[in-house]
Amino acid sequence: MTGTLAAVGAGLAVIGAGIGIGMVGGKAMEAIARQPEASGDIRSGMILMAAFVEGAALIAILLSIFIK
Amino acid sequence: MSRNIYSALLIFAAILFSFPVISQDHDHDDHAGHDHAVHAEQDHEAGHGEHGISCGHNDEHHEYDPAATAIHHISDGNVFDYPLPLPMILKSEAGFEVFMSSKFGAHWASHENGAKSYNGYVLYEGSAHRVTDSGFPMTGSVDLGHGAFMHEVVNIDGKDKTLKYVCFENKPYKIDARTTLDGGMLGGGITSFWDLSPSKNVIAMLLVCLLLFFSFRSAAKKYRKNPLKAPKGVQGVLETMVIFIRDEVAIPFIGKGKYMKYFPFLLSIFFFILGLNLFGQIPFFGSINATGNLTLTMVLALIVFVLVTINGKKDYWQHIFWMPGVPTFVKPLLAAVEIMGLFIKPLTLMLRLAGNISAGHIAILSFIGLIFIFGDLYGTLGNGIGTVLAIPLTLFMMAIELIVAFVQAFVFTILTASYIGAAIEEHH
Repeated sequence: MTGTLAAVGAGLAVIGAGIGIGMVGGKAMEAIARQPEASGDIRSGMILMAAFVEGAALIAILLSIFIK
Repeated sequence: MSRNIYSALLIFAAILFSFPVISQDHDHDDHAGHDHAVHAEQDHEAGHGEHGISCGHNDEHHEYDPAATAIHHISDGNVFDYPLPLPMILKSEAGFEVFMSSKFGAHWASHENGAKSYNGYVLYEGSAHRVTDSGFPMTGSVDLGHGAFMHEVVNIDGKDKTLKYVCFENKPYKIDARTTLDGGMLGGGITSFWDLSPSKNVIAMLLVCLLLFFSFRSAAKKYRKNPLKAPKGVQGVLETMVIFIRDEVAIPFIGKGKYMKYFPFLLSIFFFILGLNLFGQIPFFGSINATGNLTLTMVLALIVFVLVTINGKKDYWQHIFWMPGVPTFVKPLLAAVEIMGLFIKPLTLMLRLAGNISAGHIAILSFIGLIFIFGDLYGTLGNGIGTVLAIPLTLFMMAIELIVAFVQAFVFTILTASYIGAAIEEHH
């Protein structure tokens, strides 16, 4: 039972990550469309923020792997 | 011309990935194929004769277990994959034992299970275990033969626990894993022995340190000889990254005048983590998963925590405990939240790095495991289908993992710089 709940928890965490990174990417695309000269700065900021959001989700996934 | 290079690379990658199919010829007669979910009786199952398994029960075929294989490959071990033996330093109540892990007689195709036991220690799935049931010869070398290990999943007090046994002369003896200091949270706890040996992760760290030392030393010598010459070779790579860290991480977060004091530490953290991440990506290097190990990242996070605590100025502590600028009745509440944040920040550093790298490794291992899953379903044709599916997926995942290696090292460094900057910020 705890194994199933752990899997469900991991899936929920990935929903959050998907939404978060999708928003970061979407806003970055809009910003690049508005000002193409800044695309280098925007792209590196986007990757950095995506790493943070993904970190949160992967913490949840890591813990769900270790729950016995 | 460039098209030839791409097709050559593709063929090379395909050949490289077919090696796991050929070399991993498991005959898993060590794992019990079906899980014996034995419900424990009223008295718990200590002692002989009450085990739910018997020793002749080594099955030849069993299904490929992707979860167990993945967990096994991201764990630390006491032998390298093509058994390169490592020294073992083990301590139990019988005293210290120091020997080479070649005494366990592990064969490269036997999934890192030792064929011999030495002084009561056995090698099971790459880590040392100790026999705890009495009656097993606890001194000298004992031949166990092939397929002497088994495990069963037992339900104790409502939790599923995996008990491991070694079979000797047709009797099962319970074996204990090494002591881990997680208090049973992640399945560990205090057991009958401590494993203090240099394991795969230690060797990985030493290799990374040597690599960094020699490359930076070579770059530094070139700079000292002729500081105005254009950088060439390893100097060019290192200079790019060092200047990037200085201009994007150290100076914006710590400040132009004070960054020099912490800059060597930031560089060390960045290149150490980057080196370990990249080592884990090399395909046949012994499946090193150093930064995916929670203990290693915990030590790094602890070092950052100690550094920030030591260098905290009065303003920093004031902002944590008695934040200025808010009404007094709110201050204790904010202090509680800030104290939690004080510990949560290094905790997230630790979990983020370990989680990202481990998850990447597990994804790659799962894709490679597709080969065997399909092989179990459809025979050798399934192996072929699995390989055709697995190659592009794994290539894609490994490309992402290279990016993740850089990004995670960078994120760790930038957060460290941010915490240090917050700690040493002067009143403005």
